[in-house]
Amino acid sequence: MAEETNAATGGAADAARGAADAAQGPGMPQLDFSTYANQIFWLLVTLVVLYFVLSRIALPRIAAILAERKGTITNDLAAAEDLKAKAAEAEEAYNKALADARAEAHKIIADAKAEIQADLDEATEKADAEIAAKAAESEKRIEEIRASAMESVKEVARDTAQEVVSALGFKADEKAVTDAVDKRLKG
Amino acid sequence: MEGDIAQLGQYIGAGLAGIGSGAAAIGVGHVAGNFLAGALRNPSAAGGQTATLFIGIAFAEALGIFSFLVALLLMFAV
Amino acid sequence: MEFHPMDQFIVTPLFGDGPVGMFTITNVTLWMALTVIAVVALLVLGTSKRATVPGHMQSVAELAYGFVYKMVEDVAGKDGVKFFPYIMTLFLFIVFANFLGLVPTAFTVTSHIAVTGVLALMVFLTVTVLGFVKNGAKFLELFWVSSAPLALRPVLAVIELISYFVRPVSHSVRLMGNMMAGHAVMKVFAGFSQVAVIAPVSILAVTAMYGLEVLVAFIQAYVFTILTCVYLKDALHPSH
Repeated sequence: MAEETNAATGGAADAARGAADAAQGPGMPQLDFSTYANQIFWLLVTLVVLYFVLSRIALPRIAAILAERKGTITNDLAAAEDLKAKAAEAEEAYNKALADARAEAHKIIADAKAEIQADLDEATEKADAEIAAKAAESEKRIEEIRASAMESVKEVARDTAQEVVSALGFKADEKAVTDAVDKRLKG
Repeated sequence: MEGDIAQLGQYIGAGLAGIGSGAAAIGVGHVAGNFLAGALRNPSAAGGQTATLFIGIAFAEALGIFSFLVALLLMFAV
Repeated sequence: MEFHPMDQFIVTPLFGDGPVGMFTITNVTLWMALTVIAVVALLVLGTSKRATVPGHMQSVAELAYGFVYKMVEDVAGKDGVKFFPYIMTLFLFIVFANFLGLVPTAFTVTSHIAVTGVLALMVFLTVTVLGFVKNGAKFLELFWVSSAPLALRPVLAVIELISYFVRPVSHSVRLMGNMMAGHAVMKVFAGFSQVAVIAPVSILAVTAMYGLEVLVAFIQAYVFTILTCVYLKDALHPSH
């Protein structure tokens, strides 16, 4: 029985127990109630020491380390996010600059085109005007030539008529001949 | 062979109690096997149930340990 | 046999041969002190650098912290977190006592029912008191299975009540039994190695048992801790 074991292991018998009576069996040391007070006392001491070491020093420290690491990681992530946003902004600015440049180029091209067109138009107009002037002059000259030719024809006709009249033996009235010729030419 | 009949009874009892360890082994194997079968059917849910697995194994094994303890008590303490 | 398998569990004074009194310095004292030293070395000295990128020791310390913290949070819930230091203490004490007990010639403090019984009773009393303080009489709903048919409930209540009071027994005996059984079996196999014919087999068996015991040492600490969390959850949220 447990009591027997207890009695056998208590006091002086404790020291005597050894290899000699091991063959008989020491019983279960777990049921040796004389050692319970000792074990429980030292267990409580151990637990109290451990609890204070853990709750005062170790656990807050580890919690702080983990929190710090989490903070660092969060910060780094935030910084990365920031940089990413900045990169996106830069890209946007670049795209905008590109678009501006393109628009500028288009504008310049359009301007140049317009200028050239204007020059061209002007030149064309000028040329047209010149041509028109020349044409007018030519016409005028042709008119003049025609007029002088008419005059010549009139003169020749008058002279011829006078000659014909005088050859026929009549006294030619210069004024009448001229009127008749004019009348005839006007026809 | 001069031991008394009580000692005989103790030793026979201890041996019989030892059978309980084998029974607990069957129980533990059952728990683990069924867990594995379920885990293979639905592996995504298995991870969250390891705690339950260990609790189940612990309960099954505790009874085997009890029988082992009975055997030891019979051998050494009675 | 020249040694008895149970000899390794005898509590003896470290100095002299006197009787084991309450304050005698015994092998229990020695191995508990070593447990404390190991815990302090890992969790206090290991983290003394407070490195953002952890070294080996600090990684293990953080791993242990995260492991138990997650267990408490997952099983006992958010309001169980304030008991985290207590549960961490239990876990670290048991796991280190178990591992140190595996050192050859060591004394395993967790193989004694006096030690595990106190641990389990502490959990039991804490949980019971906490349950009544937090929930008052509603804590008794734990025994009243409202999802069962009305006729069955009184029977179930009796069963639940018994199982509630068996908790500290199974809680402590499981740990103590596992530790003692493994060590005793190893000693038995070691005893067989005195016989030359079966010595190789027995040494192989001791090696295999040792490997199993390393696993068991951790699993039993884990199981003790997670059951503590489960009991804590019952106390904090008694309704089924």
